[in-house]
Amino acid sequence: MDATTTNVAATSTGQRPPTSGELFTGFLWLGMTGFGGVLPMSRRMIVEKKRWLTGPEFTDLLGLCQFLPGGNIINLSVAIGLHFRGLRGALAALVGLIAMPTLIVVMLGMVYDRFQNDPHIQHMFAGLAAAAAGLLVSMAVKVAWPLRGNPAGMVIAALCFVAIAVLRLPLLPTMLVLASLSILAAKRWPR
Amino acid sequence: MTAVLLSLAAIFAELSLLAFGGGNTILPEMQRQVVDVHHWMSARDFSAMFALAQAAPGPNMMVVTLVGWRVAGWAGVLVSSLAKFGPSSIVTGLVMQVWQRFKDRPWRRVVQAGLVPMTVGLVAASAALITLASDHEWSLAAITTASALLMLTTRIHPLWALAFGALAGLSGIGLS
Repeated sequence: MDATTTNVAATSTGQRPPTSGELFTGFLWLGMTGFGGVLPMSRRMIVEKKRWLTGPEFTDLLGLCQFLPGGNIINLSVAIGLHFRGLRGALAALVGLIAMPTLIVVMLGMVYDRFQNDPHIQHMFAGLAAAAAGLLVSMAVKVAWPLRGNPAGMVIAALCFVAIAVLRLPLLPTMLVLASLSILAAKRWPR
Repeated sequence: MTAVLLSLAAIFAELSLLAFGGGNTILPEMQRQVVDVHHWMSARDFSAMFALAQAAPGPNMMVVTLVGWRVAGWAGVLVSSLAKFGPSSIVTGLVMQVWQRFKDRPWRRVVQAGLVPMTVGLVAASAALITLASDHEWSLAAITTASALLMLTTRIHPLWALAFGALAGLSGIGLS
């Protein structure tokens, strides 16, 4: 069916462009195997294994996906699907990516609901939640590290933290005000 | 039920368009909406949902799916997934058409650099709020500290830190 689709982009790797079905199964596999961050796995699949994109093409597309709102791997699946097979391909890639994680996460939710009154299971989930919080703490440290030596950036980050975590202000107005200030600061003091 | 689904759609569609710098930046607003504004679950339950989503494979935004499921079953899963992944995907599709034209412009770099401090503030806020909601005992605070240190000082896979936390919790040491 896909052979009749017009506007199919060719790959620059000499590889035949993927069909919607191949986009679906490729991203389905990625969704099942990418524990704790799909990004490294996705490069391996898209560039090295399937050769849908060249390394520079992948980096370029990832740049776009990181620039835009939304999870970068979600955006990447949409962008690659769209590039090769239009709307159909985008849907195939996106649904493929989130299908299995959705089922698995709902199953975990059912287990949680079913056993949440058992004290042992309660303790286990409490420990899991505490460890997950630790992952976030480490991520906060890692993303904050490049800001050292950037006083304006540190002030904005601190204001943002206070507005959201301490004052519990809504995200939209906070974002509008602080992101504008931050972009002005980045323009004033380029690094 | 329809009202709940509409609220889910509105919340996640807004978050979808505000999630600059990845999914963890919108956790505080998600928690505020789900816990403080709509009272769909306690802050502790929200942390548990986040932890379950971290333990599952795939993109790190699966907490959205879990919240939808908890609040409104499978209909909630469908509505919150569409709302969370739809708007940002449409933006991606639209911007892709013009990306070649502006990716090398100076303002693109300025905007991207300007968003970095926001990401830092928001991820730090996520970490603080989720930690506060999760660590209601000293032993849990110890697990959080250990897991953060493991991730900062070694290159082990995050799943090991989660497994360690679950086992330490199961042991029941320091837990009432």
